[in-house]
Amino acid sequence: MQVSGISVLFKGINFQRLLGGLWVTMRIALITIGLSVVFGLLFGLLMLSKNKVARAFCRLWLEIVRFMPQLVLLYVVYFGFARLFGWDLSGESSAVIVFTFWGTAELGDLIRGALTSIPAHQRESAAALGLTSRQIYRYILIPQTVRRLLPQAINLSTRIIKTTALVKMINVTEVLKVGQQIIGQFYRQPDAAFWVYFTIFLLYFLICWPISLLAGKLEKRWA
Amino acid sequence: MQTMLKVENVVKSFDGTGVLKGVSFTLDEGKVIVIVGPSGCGKSTLLRCINGLEQVDSGKIYLKDELISGRTRDMHLVRQKVGMVFQSYDLFPHMNVMQNLLLGPTKALRKNGEEVRREALAMLRRVGLEGKENALPRTLSGGQKQRVALVRAMLMHPELLLLDEITAALDPEMVSEVLNVVIDLARDGMTMAIVTHEMRFAEAVADQVLFLEDGMAAESGPPEQFFHHPQTERARRFLRSFSYESKNSRKEKQDE
Amino acid sequence: MDWSFIGQHIPDYLSGAGVTLRFGLYGVGCSLLVGLICCLCRYFRVPVFTWLARLYTELARNTPLLVQLFFLYAGLPRVGVKLSADACAVIGLTFLGGAYMAEAFRSGLESVDQTQKEAGECIGLTRGQNIRYVLLPQALATAVPAIFANVIFLIKETSMFSVLAMMDLMNVADTLRTSGGRTVEVLFMLAAAYLLILMPVSLIAYWVERRLRYAGFGDQRPV
Repeated sequence: MQVSGISVLFKGINFQRLLGGLWVTMRIALITIGLSVVFGLLFGLLMLSKNKVARAFCRLWLEIVRFMPQLVLLYVVYFGFARLFGWDLSGESSAVIVFTFWGTAELGDLIRGALTSIPAHQRESAAALGLTSRQIYRYILIPQTVRRLLPQAINLSTRIIKTTALVKMINVTEVLKVGQQIIGQFYRQPDAAFWVYFTIFLLYFLICWPISLLAGKLEKRWA
Repeated sequence: MQTMLKVENVVKSFDGTGVLKGVSFTLDEGKVIVIVGPSGCGKSTLLRCINGLEQVDSGKIYLKDELISGRTRDMHLVRQKVGMVFQSYDLFPHMNVMQNLLLGPTKALRKNGEEVRREALAMLRRVGLEGKENALPRTLSGGQKQRVALVRAMLMHPELLLLDEITAALDPEMVSEVLNVVIDLARDGMTMAIVTHEMRFAEAVADQVLFLEDGMAAESGPPEQFFHHPQTERARRFLRSFSYESKNSRKEKQDE
Repeated sequence: MDWSFIGQHIPDYLSGAGVTLRFGLYGVGCSLLVGLICCLCRYFRVPVFTWLARLYTELARNTPLLVQLFFLYAGLPRVGVKLSADACAVIGLTFLGGAYMAEAFRSGLESVDQTQKEAGECIGLTRGQNIRYVLLPQALATAVPAIFANVIFLIKETSMFSVLAMMDLMNVADTLRTSGGRTVEVLFMLAAAYLLILMPVSLIAYWVERRLRYAGFGDQRPV
């Protein structure tokens, strides 16, 4: 009489519901990545600035990101800010704030690393060819920085995508939550849970894996 | 006299490009063969095939009477009898000189550390590196590193020693300090196969010269013949590219 | 800030920190082992295992730990594989961490010159001796920063063990928050606790890296 629990996935609109849940986290990830690129650039330049206060500020920011689990930061913003400042932030906005806070610092640090890794003689030999300072940036420095940066930045974006799964813990109805709802509805189908979680696992893999492969390819090509 | 090394018709290619196209030679115990030729002619590959760093495509290599080519298992047992020194020294950077020297004898040959240490100190003294036993490789000059590498190979008491362009990476003033050690070893009867670009050294140390070109033995014979009366046009052209003049030809010039 | 509340609940946090630290360290230890095995399989191109190691690292690196834990804890029992929460925690963290450690070891080994391997072979070392005395010591020295970054990362990831109903720091805080309502104090202590755990790890990392740098092996390649 037993039908495999895998059939649950194809009952009604269950699969679409899972994808809808996944889209919730992907949307958070995409907004986060977009904001992190903008702020990360500023952060990276700030880290390289001559202003000591600005550098110390960045350092502190980076250390907080390094030491605090993202889940703790999510709790602080989602539950803590409501208490402290009376801000009633939705789960999704809290997530965007926290992940952008994190992504900005990490990407900024990558940008700083990429910029400082270009040896001084690259600039010097370009100048020796008589290039203007704008041309040096355009043809020598920026292309090399981008080549160092891009693979690492792409890897960071897969980490951001993976980490958005955490929004389940602050009551956002994302793919895991939808999965639990489906499992709850089909409690007569005991192995439904196995297949639902397995599917979610695969879905994440299918999103992140190609991106990782791309990063690996670029890294090899530009190494 | 016993044959130490016999190379029979060795063929080796990388990605379809033939590097060795059937090379043969024999080397008797206590003798030195010098392998010369233009870069890319397969000299280094030949040495690397002999101690199994590369697998031959076909052909056979014997050490004494033992077939050593085409083996994948127990290659380390063969290498315990065949020493090799490279252009890039390849000392182990995380170990000091003495640790570098002791590693092979104590781990691969499981010899008593104290005995090897005494022997190592004696050899270091002999190559002019007394007091350097606790130095880290990065503190040594290229010439010193290469002498340590030679001692490291010799402490295994190999039956055969392979030297692959061991002075190619050295500053000119350090070349002779290394080559003198090799000449010393040859005098002591060490059997060696040497790849080098130092023609004067080659003439001094060789019992036999093998001239490789394009993966084939273009000429071989005793050094007097190769350096003074090369039989082939290719060898003549090769020697001219070094603007090599042997001691004899210089003398002849002076006599004129 | 209610300091008496904080003082009163320090023991709860201590026990939570114990769980976090203990399982974090189990996870790190197992990850190092799994990572090393995977990395050696790939380095020496062991038939079949190379391929398995590759598959495993790609799966583990491209899926969120939270999803992995749900699959282990709620999915697998439905097809007859029942694991305790403790086992899920260690397996989950090792599954994730092993892949990251394998990457750290791999880049360490890749930084060791191929000629070092050959030099080891040329003095007659067996493959095992060559790994132990020549390759690994050098690879580890290069891999240390990445390994410590992974240790910090993995300890932070233990914050997800609350979904396994384990009383780690995160769950202790969450329980106090929902029962007492002193959100600010609870989260303050939570953040402080992670800081107190991870600061020493970071200091140890700093100390080890400095020592290795001073013992720097220097450039071996001829210029």
